[in-house]
Amino acid sequence: MARNIQSLERAAAMLRLLAGGERRLGLSEIASALDLAKGTAHGILRTLQAEGFVEQDPTSGRYQLGAELLRLGNSYLDVHELRARALVWTDDLARSSGESVHLGVLHQQGVLIVHHVFRPDDSRQVLEVGAMQPLHSTALGKVLSAYDPVAHNEAVEVEREAFTVRTVTGPEEFEGVLDLTRARGYASDVEETWEGVAAVAAPIHDRRRMPVGAVGVTGAVERVCKDGELRPELIAAVRDCARAVSRDLGAGRF
Amino acid sequence: MTDAHTAGPFIAAIDQGTTSSRCIVFDKDGRIVSVDQKEHEQIFPKPGWVEHDATEIWTNVQEVVAGAVSKAGITRDDIKAIGITNQRETTLLWDKNTGEPVHNAIVWQDTRTDSLCKELGRNVGQDRFRRETGLPLASYFAGPKARWLLDNVEGLRERAEAGDILFGTMDSWVIWNLTGGVDGGKHVTDVTNASRTMLMNLHKMEWDERICESIGVPQQMLPEIRSSAEVYGEVTGGSLGDLLGGIPVASALGDQQAALFGQTCFAEGEAKSTYGTGTFMLMNTGDKAINSYSGLLTTVGYQIGEQKPVYALEGSIAVTGSLVQWMRDQMGLINSAAEIETLASSVEDNGGAYFVPAFSGLFAPYWRSDARGVIAGLTRYVTKAHIARAVLEATAWQTREITDAMTKDSGVELAALKVDGGMTSNNLLMQTLSDFLDAPVVRPMVAETTCLGAAYAAGLAVGFWSSTDELRANWRRAAEWTPNMDAGTRDREYKSWLKAVERSMGWLDESGEE
Repeated sequence: MARNIQSLERAAAMLRLLAGGERRLGLSEIASALDLAKGTAHGILRTLQAEGFVEQDPTSGRYQLGAELLRLGNSYLDVHELRARALVWTDDLARSSGESVHLGVLHQQGVLIVHHVFRPDDSRQVLEVGAMQPLHSTALGKVLSAYDPVAHNEAVEVEREAFTVRTVTGPEEFEGVLDLTRARGYASDVEETWEGVAAVAAPIHDRRRMPVGAVGVTGAVERVCKDGELRPELIAAVRDCARAVSRDLGAGRF
Repeated sequence: MTDAHTAGPFIAAIDQGTTSSRCIVFDKDGRIVSVDQKEHEQIFPKPGWVEHDATEIWTNVQEVVAGAVSKAGITRDDIKAIGITNQRETTLLWDKNTGEPVHNAIVWQDTRTDSLCKELGRNVGQDRFRRETGLPLASYFAGPKARWLLDNVEGLRERAEAGDILFGTMDSWVIWNLTGGVDGGKHVTDVTNASRTMLMNLHKMEWDERICESIGVPQQMLPEIRSSAEVYGEVTGGSLGDLLGGIPVASALGDQQAALFGQTCFAEGEAKSTYGTGTFMLMNTGDKAINSYSGLLTTVGYQIGEQKPVYALEGSIAVTGSLVQWMRDQMGLINSAAEIETLASSVEDNGGAYFVPAFSGLFAPYWRSDARGVIAGLTRYVTKAHIARAVLEATAWQTREITDAMTKDSGVELAALKVDGGMTSNNLLMQTLSDFLDAPVVRPMVAETTCLGAAYAAGLAVGFWSSTDELRANWRRAAEWTPNMDAGTRDREYKSWLKAVERSMGWLDESGEE
């Protein structure tokens, strides 16, 4: 058996110690309980504190479990919270772009649509909330695969079906698409999932800079593209929307 | 793609609300250009009493108007008109010579006039003035609040009878100040706000001499009743005079009526429901003031300039969003309001549980103050997820009850329900609503329907928009939920709900004391 990392073992012991009672503990109590030199114990505590797993009471100097640790258990962002925060921004995106807007999150091996704003043209449309879309060919899916490692694994492991002649299926080409997505900050889907349909999407981050979803516009390729290229003002509008939602979730400027 | 950077000209709308004052600048497509908002203090002098400092409110209104205009980066030449929407029924008396309020404004939620209203009912009861005013004698409405002030502020009645005192709801206060205040400010109100005073005859759109006398409000202090969309005056004097002097002040609508207008419910039978802490549903009943026998209020929907007034039926639900907050804050079953959907979605149905949130009695259509909340149908099988589902269903069933009452009173079937307010982000609730109503539920693209309504009315008054048809064309559907429940299930569930409602009644003893 490979040797375990000693400092991680010690950190785990500290967390257990702090979780054991209601009391806050001082540095020397922690050090002596775990049979550590004060300097060693302090170094580990400081690291845990920087990660938010431990907090130090400013007056007594004693340590207790940090809020971050409590969040770990249910750290995922509630998708309904995400929708509520995104509502005004996605409405505005639909209005300014003239196209329909979708908000997607990773779910199993695909993109779960959690919010959908109709194209503002009064035509008959059906709410697509709850629908699943593929990860490897849609703009939303590519954004998730590019930014979220879990989504990336799913996208790499599944068989990437060719929905149209333009669908990228080869492993290297697909990685190339994801590199490009990360470099540009957005992903596109020009007739790669549905004939005649193009989309552009950008990532939404939470306050810890974790990718929590993707937002994008979808429409007829004739409207979304011009001279074979995605319309730049559309890309800008999608990215503005993604940034606005991220800001609402507490992410800093980036 | 339309241009993301909207070009002028614009309309500004002031929303003088219960907790804050806001100003939103809209462009010709009805899109939001900028927003500014400021909260004001809620004053609670005694249990059940709620007041606002009207001077603070006027200061805030000036600040948010200046703020929104500056955020939009525009000048007075870009703004064609200013419209006003306001918290309804909140009552203020002020001195017309000094412009000083004689007392804090008494807010609509304030219950200090409860016993006065009972007294005013005499041997007839709370429907004494219903035929003329469309309203039951209840503590919300403005007339009795004015009477309370006249009775309780030293020397006020003499000053009022001498003609030194002006009465107004918040629309009147804001318009009077905007148009010059002590220097020729226009003392006006619109038909929708006047319809909430209990002093206006709903059929003539005039102050009712007999009722004013019965309630004890001298007519000389009442504002002139005008339509909801016409030029009342121009911005004059004060800090806004420098910034926006000369801009027409061109609309006033009570907040719920403004939302009806913003949702472009211009045809008879069209209805909107606003889902916030509580819920207010209004249905356009055209040129007929329909007397309700089902516990709804009859009110003015709006009046555009010289055109005939349009009436509405109104039903309110006391506890909707606040029930979700209760689940979060008092029960601790969820961490955020949005999580109610996550919890409720984890089960297929309510597991047989029904939640009647009659926390302060049942409102429309029952009006039973002796009712209190119940959760019925509990078994060992029921989990917190089923309760969460029952919470959302309670909002949907209560909407259904009001819809049924409206259909009964008006004879008009609801074709579709237009919704707005914070709870419209709850997809499960909206689907449930559609299932229970057996009608499509549609959400518009602009969530700020209240401000939009005031902007629309002001824009119509100055010709910025040509007609209600043009406004209708501005309306954009953001989402639509269609019914997906078989009639048998719906009827069975409705019956169970009604049984649960039955069980909430009569909890308090007859004295009505808790």
